[in-house]
Amino acid sequence: MSRLSIRTKVQSQAVVEGLYKDVERRIAASPPGLCPVDMAASFLKLCHAQTCGKCVPCRIGLGQLGNLMEMVLRGDGDEETVDLIEKTARVIKNSADCAIGVEAADMVLKGVIGFRDDYLEHVRHHRCLASLNQPVPCVALCPAGVDIPGYIALVHAGRYADAIRLIRKDNPFPTTCGLICEHPCEARCRRSMIDSPVNIRGLKRYAADHAGEVPVPECAKSTGKSVAVIGGGPGGLSAAYYLALMGHSVTVFEQRKEAGGMLRYGIPSYRLPRKLLDSDINAILSTGNIELVTGKQIGKDETLTDIRKRFDAVFISIGAHTDKKLGIPGEDSRGVISAVELLRAIGNGEKPDFTGKNVVIVGGGNVAMDCTRSARRLGADRVTCVYRRRKADMTALPEEVESAVAEGCEIAEMLSPVRIEADAEGNAAGLVVQPQITGPFDRSGRPRPVNADAPERLIPCDIIIIAIGQGIESRPFEEEGVRVVRGSFGASDNGSILEMDGVFAGGDCVTGPATVIRAIGAGKVAAANIDEYLGFHHVIEAGVDIPSPVMKDLPAYGRVNLAEREAAERQCDFELTECGMSPEEALQESGRCLRCDHFGYGVFKGGREHVW
Amino acid sequence: MVNLTIDRIPVTAQEGTTIMEAAALAGIPIPHLCYLKGINEIAACRVCVVEVEGTERLLPACDNVVLEGMSVLTNSPRVREARRTNVELLMSQHSGECMSCVRSGNCSLQTIANDLNILDGNPFPKDLPVDRWDKEAPLFRDSTKCIKCMRCVNICDKVQDMHIWDVEGTGGHTNVNVSLGREIMNSDCTFCGQCIINCPTGALRERDDTAKVWRALADPSKTTVVQVAPAVRSAWGEAFGMTTEEASEQRLAAALRRLGFDYVFDTNFAADMTIMEEAGEFLEQLTHPENHTFPMFTSCCPGWVRFLKGQFPEMTGQLSTTKSPHQMFGATIKTYFAELKGIDPHDIFVVSIMPCLAKKAECAEPNQNDACGDPDVDVVLTTREMNRMFRADHLIPGLLKETPFDAPLGIASGAGQIFGVTGGVMEAALRTAYYAVTGTNPEPDAFREVRGFDGWKESVFEIQGKQLKVAVASGLGNTRKLITALKKGEVQYDFVEIMACPGGCSNGGGLPIHEGFNLTPERAAALYKLDLNNPIRFSHENPGVQEIYDNYFEKPLSEKAELLLHTDHFGWEMPAGPNHQRKA
Repeated sequence: MSRLSIRTKVQSQAVVEGLYKDVERRIAASPPGLCPVDMAASFLKLCHAQTCGKCVPCRIGLGQLGNLMEMVLRGDGDEETVDLIEKTARVIKNSADCAIGVEAADMVLKGVIGFRDDYLEHVRHHRCLASLNQPVPCVALCPAGVDIPGYIALVHAGRYADAIRLIRKDNPFPTTCGLICEHPCEARCRRSMIDSPVNIRGLKRYAADHAGEVPVPECAKSTGKSVAVIGGGPGGLSAAYYLALMGHSVTVFEQRKEAGGMLRYGIPSYRLPRKLLDSDINAILSTGNIELVTGKQIGKDETLTDIRKRFDAVFISIGAHTDKKLGIPGEDSRGVISAVELLRAIGNGEKPDFTGKNVVIVGGGNVAMDCTRSARRLGADRVTCVYRRRKADMTALPEEVESAVAEGCEIAEMLSPVRIEADAEGNAAGLVVQPQITGPFDRSGRPRPVNADAPERLIPCDIIIIAIGQGIESRPFEEEGVRVVRGSFGASDNGSILEMDGVFAGGDCVTGPATVIRAIGAGKVAAANIDEYLGFHHVIEAGVDIPSPVMKDLPAYGRVNLAEREAAERQCDFELTECGMSPEEALQESGRCLRCDHFGYGVFKGGREHVW
Repeated sequence: MVNLTIDRIPVTAQEGTTIMEAAALAGIPIPHLCYLKGINEIAACRVCVVEVEGTERLLPACDNVVLEGMSVLTNSPRVREARRTNVELLMSQHSGECMSCVRSGNCSLQTIANDLNILDGNPFPKDLPVDRWDKEAPLFRDSTKCIKCMRCVNICDKVQDMHIWDVEGTGGHTNVNVSLGREIMNSDCTFCGQCIINCPTGALRERDDTAKVWRALADPSKTTVVQVAPAVRSAWGEAFGMTTEEASEQRLAAALRRLGFDYVFDTNFAADMTIMEEAGEFLEQLTHPENHTFPMFTSCCPGWVRFLKGQFPEMTGQLSTTKSPHQMFGATIKTYFAELKGIDPHDIFVVSIMPCLAKKAECAEPNQNDACGDPDVDVVLTTREMNRMFRADHLIPGLLKETPFDAPLGIASGAGQIFGVTGGVMEAALRTAYYAVTGTNPEPDAFREVRGFDGWKESVFEIQGKQLKVAVASGLGNTRKLITALKKGEVQYDFVEIMACPGGCSNGGGLPIHEGFNLTPERAAALYKLDLNNPIRFSHENPGVQEIYDNYFEKPLSEKAELLLHTDHFGWEMPAGPNHQRKA
């Protein structure tokens, strides 16, 4: 008998651990629309299997909870069954000995409260509210509903121009989105069940890179109706594009020198080269039904009321361009600038010179990363991004953070700005920060930072860029009657503004600062509903036939990720950092698509909206 | 062309052919359950899986096309194992009560289980879904027999464009049910029954009303009268393996007599009366166009009437008020015939044998009771129910001596015969309308242009210098297109005939069911043959009809005719469809 022995994994344990990974990926790939009660019952079964078996609530209670939920699912229970589930879960949560029971019961409890209607529908009407309306996960998660399996199949077939035509049916910014879309489509990609999500954005970029110039479809017969679009960003231009194709005459009012909105004045060119942005915008304008009026601000140069008189319908898509302040002493020092200010200047071609300067950026989102990486390219000596939570809690895309670090920027986490120190001339000289300790979770599901028992610190610097969020310049519109809810325009699901006939709104000015693809989706929705409002029912279609899928074996395969130019080189210029796929990579990556438009539910319920 | 081998047999097939079709060409019928060509090719049952050499996964033959050089095995050990297991799995969620199932002997699941020699000891425990269906509805569903092949969903979606069925729930609790959480009787279901005749098992059928008929037949105080719709005669014998010639009208009448009916009449007689009334109504409208909205719609198909009232209720007033033939006949039997025979109409029990499910709902409409306050027709049986009664009475119809329908309500013209096929009502009406306008008969086949199985046909005819624009549609998907085009002003017609079932009553939801083939063209051809061989080709020349107008109704649209032969389509409620809100 050995006194101690080295622990080795038995084979079964090694296999089970592999299965845990499979389950993790599988849960991530759950399509939207599943029965929440059924899912909760399934999770509970997993939780129950984790029980050690010592304590009553967990050993017996979780099993009985499962039985009750199964009764509900079969439609055998009644409202008392739902109450009993709630009570039992509460007792388990209150009386279990360890997290295995407490957390399992809490999951059930959250559900019984959070989706009680689903429970009640099962017991009252023996029915389920769930339904898989859009059977293709990527399409379901794309705010613009782009036909992703369709264009991936076209890329696979080498039909790049057709891929662009198909994308444009739902999104007139294929090139832009190929570069900077946040790709919510990839989150639930069914491929995750096998290995990892298809690199959808990378394939879109490949299509855009290789399609050449693709002419836009012809516009429908002129309707004689006119639509004003206020704001020439992605939302406004998307609406303008579809309205133009529908035969309406569109005028886009843009307050700045050029159209593009945040794409031009918010996203640095090393992520989105201006030439490529312009190619999308030029294609949109090439429909011929759009007049672009730049340098005119509605609400100042002309009132909304006047615009409403001049046009048959109005779409407001002014974005979120005002900056938020930190509200700390010293913020008015020279050298303290807002992210919006910096990025707008760069967008205007007026790049500030940070040569030899120490730059501090405050914030943890994608805009903060854009400022951080831009500061590096503007010649700064030291670039430090100060964030009050943990790096892991940043809302910026992880690859953006990683790239910034690779380019020599510092991420100073767990530091909360206290005040800005200035020199005798009023120039910023340093940011005083209070170290933080990560604390209890807040409502957003992230741990809240709290002041650590540690002294304040001074970060010496010359430039401080505040990138903690943007707001909406809503006042001029509010004064003319547009409803404003918590700082954003209050539009309904169809984009219309209540109590203002013929006025629609969408994009950041409705959602608050969000993603490009959400703004594009909002533009598309608004175009459809403005068309209906004007008394028409034009349809938008691509007229592209999609290659038939072939059933094949599904061995696990690595995902092709996009490389970046070497950090040492790219940090010196504003040229595009990301490299596209090689033909070999694009062929392989597009071949990983499982074609959920066909296999599974797609072939039954239709994996494709050919027209909208 | 693509060259491949299937079970080592060299096969050449056109590009794009599925493995299933290519195998069939080579004489290899690959077993399947969910597949319904062109309509339900969703590869759900996985019974048709085959092995393609070099591929690890088994491929469904219905959903994969042949490729050059492919080597397909339909009976490899892996295929045999998968096919059997998948059938066993389906059986574990199927009640398996074959002895009390109307589809026993005509059930795809039963056939394949027998073929696979699955005797006993299914390794999977029974796991039956809970069945909660409104058993009073004309359409009967048993979820313990449903194999979720989704054919009903797709027939209703793609062919009928009614979207009555949908998948409900997800995961292991997935079920098929009336869409949008509705109950069948609160839905806008037309009861066309197309889902039934495409169901591979006994999950969908008509509500069985044979017990009511047996009860009436056993009641000595009842005079039992049965009538037979046109399309029934061309299809009933299929269930007994009879040829069209063997399954004659006279043999059908003989079999019904053997069940004990006191009178066996021909609905075709009433079809001729329908023509008299409907043609009269149409001519009246043409004479006073200012009082009417055109087109006038036929009203003999209750599935269509339900469709219009549910989907486009604002157009209900354009339906001809003429009752459907069997309802007209019911009212005539309980008045004219009752008086003739001196029978209290309350003691008459009228049974209609129909190719149709919707007629079951029609005879229960609250205002189909004009004769004596009782329902004009007491029970509607589908052809399948009638055939089950024949079986219950161990009849061998092929051996029966032919006997004619009873007089005087048993005489029919050829025009009445063709009511059972799309275009038939229009053609019959035009024959008589022509006569009514010109005073002379046209060539009997003058209006044959409206024949054929196109879903939406249109023709222009000239009668005495007046151009008549008519249209004929069958199938509710086609019908919705036609009505939508009418509403948009893209088309204009004077007279439109609609039948809810694609191809008309010859493809009715109440006719015998055949897996894998459709006998509609043959059934229709049999009706046209009956028309051609009938010495009377015009409804107005039916001597029985002439007699009844002389003795009782005086003339079409007379006060008595209006009372008994016409109906108020606004007299009952039809649940409005979500489609109406969606598309109108």
